[in-house]
Amino acid sequence: MGWPRSIVGALQRLNQRGLAERGDLFLSISREYTLQRSVPGERHGYILRSFGANAYRSEAQERKSSIPVEIPVPYQLHKLSEGPPQHTQTTQDELMKYYRDMALIRRMEITADILFKSQQIRGFCHLYDGQEAVAVGLVEALTDDDSIITAYRDHGLYLARGGTLFECFSELMGKRTGCSGGKGGSMHLYNVKKRFYGGWGIVGTSAPLGAGLSFAHKYLNKKSVAVAIYGDGAANQGQIYEAKNLAALWDLPLILLVENNHFGMGTAEWRASKQITFYDRVHYIPGLKIDGMDVFAVREAICYAKEHCMSGKGPIVVECDTYRYHGHSMSDPGSTYRTHDEIKGIRQERDPINHVRKLILKEGFATADDLKSMDKEIRKEVEEAAAKAKEAPQPAKDALFAHIYKNDAALQFHGFVR
Amino acid sequence: MESTALLQKVTAGMAFRGTPASLLSSSSASSHVARIKLGSRSVIRVSRLSGLTVKATHLNAYGFGTMPHNSTALKTVNKAVAVKTETGSTATAQQGHELLLFEALREGLEEEMERDPTVCVIGEDVGHYGGSYKVTKGMAEKFGDLRLLDTPIAENSFTGMAIGAAMTGLRPIVEGMNMGFLLLAFNQIANNCGMLHYTSGGQFTIPIVIRGPGGVGKQLGAEHSQRLESYFQSVPGLQMVACSTPYNAKGLMKAAIRSENPVILFEHVLLYNLKERIPDEEYVLCLEEAELVRPGQDITILTYSRMRHHVLQAVKTLVSKGYDPEVIDIRSLKPFDLFAIGNSVKKTHKVLIVEECMRTGGIGASLRAAIMENFFDELDAPIGCLSSQDVPTPYAGPLEDLTVVQPPQIVFAVEQLCKH
Repeated sequence: MGWPRSIVGALQRLNQRGLAERGDLFLSISREYTLQRSVPGERHGYILRSFGANAYRSEAQERKSSIPVEIPVPYQLHKLSEGPPQHTQTTQDELMKYYRDMALIRRMEITADILFKSQQIRGFCHLYDGQEAVAVGLVEALTDDDSIITAYRDHGLYLARGGTLFECFSELMGKRTGCSGGKGGSMHLYNVKKRFYGGWGIVGTSAPLGAGLSFAHKYLNKKSVAVAIYGDGAANQGQIYEAKNLAALWDLPLILLVENNHFGMGTAEWRASKQITFYDRVHYIPGLKIDGMDVFAVREAICYAKEHCMSGKGPIVVECDTYRYHGHSMSDPGSTYRTHDEIKGIRQERDPINHVRKLILKEGFATADDLKSMDKEIRKEVEEAAAKAKEAPQPAKDALFAHIYKNDAALQFHGFVR
Repeated sequence: MESTALLQKVTAGMAFRGTPASLLSSSSASSHVARIKLGSRSVIRVSRLSGLTVKATHLNAYGFGTMPHNSTALKTVNKAVAVKTETGSTATAQQGHELLLFEALREGLEEEMERDPTVCVIGEDVGHYGGSYKVTKGMAEKFGDLRLLDTPIAENSFTGMAIGAAMTGLRPIVEGMNMGFLLLAFNQIANNCGMLHYTSGGQFTIPIVIRGPGGVGKQLGAEHSQRLESYFQSVPGLQMVACSTPYNAKGLMKAAIRSENPVILFEHVLLYNLKERIPDEEYVLCLEEAELVRPGQDITILTYSRMRHHVLQAVKTLVSKGYDPEVIDIRSLKPFDLFAIGNSVKKTHKVLIVEECMRTGGIGASLRAAIMENFFDELDAPIGCLSSQDVPTPYAGPLEDLTVVQPPQIVFAVEQLCKH
C-alpha cells in the first residue's frame, strides 16, 4: 500500500505536513472519487478461497499434517447460490490455540462473575461465556487490518482481539491501568491498535458505526472489511435497517454479524420479533445462518463473507446461532425466562470448548490430563491477572477532566471557564 | 381585524417587558406614525401609540428584520442584499473579495477539502443537488460523489456512519438539512460522538464537524425553527460554535474542520445571504474565542448568530440616544470565552445577553449562571437576558416576530439596565 499500518496516526501526521506530501494519499483514495455500484450478477475480481491470515494458515496446513473437520450443521442461505463448505482443515497447533483462547475467555468470564459478586466490579457486567466460538472464529478469519465493532458484551472479543487480561480486569474494576483508563468500564473496552472499536452501551449503535468503519475502508481504498456485531434483541432497531440500506446502497465492505443467543435480556426472540430469523431480514442483502457454537463454522463463514465483501458485492449478514450461559448481565439470574434444563442441555450438547476438546482427544493431540493441566494453568493465569489488577491504583483525580477534548492543555476546562 | 386586536392584547400584556405595544404597524396606527429617513438604506418609523419611542421596521442591508406584514408604506429598500454603491476605482483599491455567507462557507469547505483528502461531506442533497442552501453547490463535480456523499433520509445512521468513519481517520462533515432533524441523531451525537474520547481513555478522537442551519426563519413552522444549541450544550466533549458573518463563517468552518474534537457549527437560516468583504489570504479563526464587535463603556451586550444583527440595529438607536454599548459576539457557545467576557464585564459592570434560544435552559441561562458565579463582584446590575419565548414557533408572521427578540426590546432593556 505504501503507508503505515496505523492509519490514524499517519493521517494525523500528514495533517501537519503540506499539500505536496499528501499527493500519494490523494492517489490512494478511490481514483475518480465515485462510488462504484456493482451490477447485480456481475463478479468483480477473482475469488480467493482463503483470505488474510487464513491464507497463510491454509498454506501451512498443506505442508503440515492437517486433519479434516466436518461442520455438521448445514448453513442456511439467503440470496446466495452457494455457501461456505461444510468441512475444513485444521492442525494440532490450531486446535490447541482455539482451545486455549476459548478456555481463557471462559475462565475470564467466570472470574468476572466472582469479582462482580464480591463487588470489585460494579455497574453492568455482561458475560460472554457460551459465545466464545464466535469471538475466536471471527478473529481467526480476519487480519489486523479489518475492523471489529460490537455492543456491550465485549469482554470476549476484547480478549480475542489481542487485549490483555490485566488491562481487561483493570478496566472492569475501574483502575488506572485499564484499557480506557478506568473511565469506560465493562461496556467500553477498546483497542485502537488492533482495530477493536469497542464496546458501546446503546443497543443497535454498532451497525451505523460499523457502516462508517467500512465507509472509511472503502474511501481509503483499503482491502479490509468491517464487522459490526449486534444481537437478536438489537435486530429490530431502526438504525440497523438504515445502516443496512446505506451499506447496500454504496456497496460498503461490511459484515453484519448477528450473535443470536435467542434472548433480548428477558424477552425471547419469538416474543420480540415478528420474524425470528435475522439473516434474511432484508431482501437486498444476502445472508447466512450458521452454528455459532462451532468455531470452524464461524471461521469458514467469516472467510466466505470477507470474500463476498472484498469482491465488491456489498454487505452480508452472518447470523450465528449461539447461546449465553449467564443471564443478560449480572443483575439477571438468567433463569426466570428459561429453564435450567435448557441451559444444561446446551452445555452438554453444544458447548464450543467441548467440541474442540473432543476433536483434540479424538485425534490424540493431547490427553484428558494434558487438557486438565492446561485448564489449571489458564485458571492460574487469569486469577493472577485479576489479583494484579486488584492491586492496581485508581485513576488520579485529575483524570476526571482529562480526555474531554483533545489538546486538553489549550482548553483548561472546568465547567464553563476558559 | 381580530388578529390585530389579539396581537394588541398580547403586546399590551407584554408591555412590562418592554415590548413595544405596536410591534406591527396596523393601518390604525399609521396616523401616529412619522417617518424618519436615516441614511440611504434605512427607515425608522416612530410610533407614539404606546408612549414607547422607537419601532424599527425596515429592511436593513441584510434583507431581514421585522417585516410588518400589513404595512403599506415600506418600499424604501427592495433588495434583499446590500446594493453596492462603490465605483470601479474604489472597488479595486479595496482588499479582499465580497461574497455571501453561504459562499464563504463553501470557500472554507473547498479550501479544507483541497488541503486534506480525508475531509468529506455527508448529508442529504449535498452532492448533486448542491445543498439545500447552496453551501456545497458545484463541489460534487469537483470532488466527486464519494467526498460529497448524498445520503438517504436517515439522520440517525448517517451521523453514526460519520462517527464511525471519523474513528478510523476520516474527517467527515455532517450536514443536517435543518438542525432540527439532528434530533433524530441525538443518541449518536451525545453518546457516541461526544463521549468516546473520554470513555476510551483518549484512544479515539472524533474529528467530526456537524453543521446545519437552525434558528427561527421566515415562517418555517415550529419543527423547522429549532435552536438545538440549548439541547447539546450539556453534552461533555462537544464543542459548539455559531457563525454570524461571512468572515467568521469561513474562519470557523476551517477551524472546525481542523479541530480534533467534535464541533457543532450552528448556522442560521436567515443569514445565508449576508454579504461582506473578506480577506483574500487564508485565515483560520480560533474556535474558543469571542469576537469584539463594538467596543464601549456603558454596558456589555453578549450575543451570537442572528441576534448579533438585531443588536447592531438596536445599537444604532442607542448611540443616537447617547449610550455607548460594548457588543461581543460570543461565537463559542461551548465552552464560553469567559476570558473575553470577563474583561468586558470588568470594564462596563453591566451585562445584557441577547439570544435566540428559549428562555428555559438556553445558552443565555447557562451564560448568566457562569457570569454570576465568576464575576459577581464586578456587576452593578442584575444580568439581563433577552431570549425567545418558551413557545413552539408559530407559523403566522406576526406571532413569529413576537417569539424572537426585536431591536426595540433590546433598546428598552439597555435603557433599564443603564439606570443602575
